[in-house]
Amino acid sequence: MTVLTSRPDVLSDDRRMAMLEQLALVSAELDKARAGGGKKYTARHLARGKLLPRQRIELLLDRDTPFLELMPVAAYGSPFPVGGSLVCGIGKVEGVDCMLMANDPTVRGGASNPWSARKTGRAMDIVRENRLPLIFLVESGGADLPTQAEIFIPGGAMFRNLTQLSAAGIPTIALVFGNSTAGGAYVPGMSDYVVMVREKAKVFLGGPPLVKMATGEESDDESLGGAEMHARVSGLADQLAEDEVDCIRLGRDVVRRLNIPARPVPASIAPRYDEEGLLAIASTDLRVPFDPRDVLARVVDDSDFDEFKPLYGSSLVTGWARIHGYPVGVLANARGVLFSEESEKAAQFIQLANSSDTPLLFLQNTTGYMVGKEYEQDGIIKDGAKMINAVANSTVPHITVVIGASYGAGNYGMCGRAFNPRFLFSWPHAKSAVMGPAQLAGVLSIVGRQSAESRGLPYDEEQDAAMRQLVETQIEAESLALANSGRVYDDGIIDPRDTRTVLGLCLAVVNATEFRGVRGGFGVFRM
Amino acid sequence: MRQGKGPDVMTMPVSKLLVANRGEIARRVFRTCRSLGIATVAVFSDADASAPFVAEADEAVHLPGSAPSETYLRGDLVIAAAHATGADALHPGYGFLSENADFAQAVHYAGLTWVGPPAEAIAAMGSKLRSKELMRAAGVPCLPSWTAPTEATGFPMLVKASAGGGGRGMRIVRSADELDEAFEGAQREALSAFGDGTVFLERYVERPRHIEVQVVADTHGNTVALFERDCSIQRRHQKVIEEAPSPAVSEELRAALSDAAVAAARAVSYEGVGTVEFVLDPSGEFFFLEMNTRLQVEHPVTELVTGLDLVAVQIAVARGEALPAEALSPTLAGHAVEARLYAEDASYLPQTGTLSLVEFPHGVRVDSGVETGSVVGVHYDAMLAKVVAHGATREEASARLADALDRARLHGVVTNRDLLVSVLRSSEWLENDVDTGFLDRHEMPAPSAEVHQIHCLAAALASAATRTSAFPSGWRNVPSQAQTTSYDGVVVEYDQRSDGLHASVDGNTLTVRLWSASPYAVDLSVSGVRRRYDVALGETTYVDSALGHSALVEDARFPVPGNALAAGSLTAPMPGTVLRVTVAVGDEVKAGDALVVLEAMKMEHGVKAVDDGTVTAVLVEEGGQVDAGAVLVIVTPD
Repeated sequence: MTVLTSRPDVLSDDRRMAMLEQLALVSAELDKARAGGGKKYTARHLARGKLLPRQRIELLLDRDTPFLELMPVAAYGSPFPVGGSLVCGIGKVEGVDCMLMANDPTVRGGASNPWSARKTGRAMDIVRENRLPLIFLVESGGADLPTQAEIFIPGGAMFRNLTQLSAAGIPTIALVFGNSTAGGAYVPGMSDYVVMVREKAKVFLGGPPLVKMATGEESDDESLGGAEMHARVSGLADQLAEDEVDCIRLGRDVVRRLNIPARPVPASIAPRYDEEGLLAIASTDLRVPFDPRDVLARVVDDSDFDEFKPLYGSSLVTGWARIHGYPVGVLANARGVLFSEESEKAAQFIQLANSSDTPLLFLQNTTGYMVGKEYEQDGIIKDGAKMINAVANSTVPHITVVIGASYGAGNYGMCGRAFNPRFLFSWPHAKSAVMGPAQLAGVLSIVGRQSAESRGLPYDEEQDAAMRQLVETQIEAESLALANSGRVYDDGIIDPRDTRTVLGLCLAVVNATEFRGVRGGFGVFRM
Repeated sequence: MRQGKGPDVMTMPVSKLLVANRGEIARRVFRTCRSLGIATVAVFSDADASAPFVAEADEAVHLPGSAPSETYLRGDLVIAAAHATGADALHPGYGFLSENADFAQAVHYAGLTWVGPPAEAIAAMGSKLRSKELMRAAGVPCLPSWTAPTEATGFPMLVKASAGGGGRGMRIVRSADELDEAFEGAQREALSAFGDGTVFLERYVERPRHIEVQVVADTHGNTVALFERDCSIQRRHQKVIEEAPSPAVSEELRAALSDAAVAAARAVSYEGVGTVEFVLDPSGEFFFLEMNTRLQVEHPVTELVTGLDLVAVQIAVARGEALPAEALSPTLAGHAVEARLYAEDASYLPQTGTLSLVEFPHGVRVDSGVETGSVVGVHYDAMLAKVVAHGATREEASARLADALDRARLHGVVTNRDLLVSVLRSSEWLENDVDTGFLDRHEMPAPSAEVHQIHCLAAALASAATRTSAFPSGWRNVPSQAQTTSYDGVVVEYDQRSDGLHASVDGNTLTVRLWSASPYAVDLSVSGVRRRYDVALGETTYVDSALGHSALVEDARFPVPGNALAAGSLTAPMPGTVLRVTVAVGDEVKAGDALVVLEAMKMEHGVKAVDDGTVTAVLVEEGGQVDAGAVLVIVTPD
């Protein structure tokens, strides 16, 4: 046991203020997500005696338990409203961690747009990997027709996913509060359990106008797809709920009868340092390095962190700790750059974690693998490849938090999105891109200058400066945490102060699944 | 300075005493027995099998059944129990067989020491008409009275049962047209309560005070008055708060009352402990009401101001000893006030249930029949305990008693505690503006909505504390709304964020700071004032704090459809027996009509229509037993 010492002078008021500004920017986007379709549509929805998606979720959750909302700013930076017309997250229902996904009917009738589809897809990945029961709170008019071209073909995956989850023994529950039409009808159609709200749920392949167009038949909503019809006639609904609250009650009853045993909650000790300090460690200027041990001192149990190879490859910190009682192996960038030593240390550490079936936590703050003649000749590509190889083939659960920069292949080696961590979150000031904006603009400038020279043409310095400015601005915007979160490249931006809570919740989820580290047929390679 | 009758006085043994009673008075007698080294025997009914008084006795004998007529009124079984246990003495307590002369005689014939007055004295005072004749003859002032409505003159007048006590069957008549009905009603109730339907009428004193004098007499010819008690705070003619001495009695009046009481006792050759009750007119004139030939419920106030143990005095007299010197020359020290804690609601309807918590603070005398876990049933009197405070002055004793009642923890059954506290703290009480009609005029302060709201919040926070984990309570990374719960429709919203608790109740935002919360206690500042809220979570949640006491029922988060009562359902307010059903399906009824009459705790309770309408269902029959909340009749409103 080694208790970390974090000196008070690592905390800075300036950095804290800057981080709060970044949080305020995120909060403004969360406000948009919370506002759903805006005042007018929210008021109309409430006037119909219906609950908002977040109200439905709150009622479904066990009282006073945490709820980790995922991908709340999906669709940020797109033409679609922030949130992707869906609210989703993980919380406890009848003591069982479940994935809750609620259509937001105040956003264009809850219609699915390409961002809803991405968000749904990612949520289903989480469900599959973590074997979470899925509760779909349905009220959606189907596909967003103007963008149908982008969702019609890939959107079918959702229905395939639903039934494959069921086949894998992962319970799927559809609580139908309103429309669930056309393709949407297959959400209840493909779910294990279906509850519909009397006089509110409408589930049909084609509504009265479409039926009229297709066959000339005169019909009405209730006989085509009313809850009562489905409960009494078609059998699509298992339970007929009197109202929304009753629907949620019946949904909770379903979960209670899934016979999923309660998991023991491990004992844990709070860190010795106040998590409030997490606002004041990292600079929003990513060029300013910080020691991840100061972060770990505020995240891991009892601030107790046993470091592995502290004297070797020191710009990557590796070691063992517990978070909310769950053991983790930690890899955290210390000074941004990954050299050969750091890469080999990481590869060895990941092998050890697999040998002991210990989940891994990656704290990313990297500018990438080192470049330069000396490093290339020393085999930085081979060494980086060892690390990427280890990360890619590791079979213990991975969780990644981008606590600063995530540039270049460092993003891959430190288990970026493409390496399928079970969960990936970002701090609000984090940036991810192939390289830093200035570097990328500089590279383009050098390449352009060389091209001009080779053709014997003069190089337009003024144009170059303008180009560099434009590129820097574009890359900067694309690399922001909000932009990446909007593209669903992470599972959400978190307040640094919530890091321990978020990781604890995720570790509880991953530890409820069975996993076993890879055993390669060789011993652990000492590198 | 004994004035013994001489060697002819028989010495009777009291070495093992059976108490032919239950509840607090059985415990009270046992306590003195303990101090005197006397072995104790209890008798108990089915309903009392787990009662504290049974556990406290050295030995106990089961009297099968629960109704008093099967158990505590069965003199033969009680005497058999004494023989079975080898008891040599019997104390009747109050109520039940205590004023039954035949029983006293039977005890005597059975060779047991009767810790009570001679059977002749009981018989003489047992008939109200005969006792008045005796009193008039002895020069004790009496109210004019009549045996038949036709003879009676001058209103108001009072109808009373001859055999009764404790106010049962009493009715006030203010005009001639009420007279016959009241007379007959009293006869019915007397017959049901005492097995004797004889009733009589007498002059009724307006704004009277109830003053009674404690007398003790030995077999050596000593008869002493131990000052008076004032029992003017009454509800339904039953005493609720008693005190000694009376603030309405001057030294001269005290002497006159004492003389009258001693004369009354001597007129029936009284021996033992008894009470002569008077009604005191505001002018200072007093009239004999009756003599209670037993230990009174309210005897502790006399004990506190005289320093005597009246049960010990009873035992001494029963043994044939002379009164002790302290009784022969009694002194009056300070002031004592007693409050009777009843399991009853604001309408004095008896309440039943399990007392999940009973705790009284130190500094007061508590004679309690119950303790935590006791079940309060339908079979017996609803009095749970007597709480008695002694002080240098009336103000001090009243304040101490009110404070002790206020601090008591009484969970599980509705009690009259709030009423008692509000009386003891009222200006009328403190200014001695008291008569037996006090409670008819006394208005309970309206319950504070704000206190209720704060207590609802405390209950919600204690409840949340049962669901704590290693994670912050109700943590959200994207907060959108507070946690919500409600108690009888009072909606509590609370949100425990990193910057502290945010809370509102019924839409009112409270300025709060939460210091700590456990499932048992919440330490919370509201508007800058920090208080500890003791919370007992349960089907009914109890919150006690310096602000008061609340019993809260949390609304179901997910009500099951169809469980709601049909509209127009009239339910039983308490468990009981259906005495009469006055309607049938199809009858038209008016709001206020009594449709079903229940009998519970020996009282009749009419269940009345709430709206005008038609009876669409009658779900009970006469003679049937019903539980509290059972639907009796459904009236479909017009």
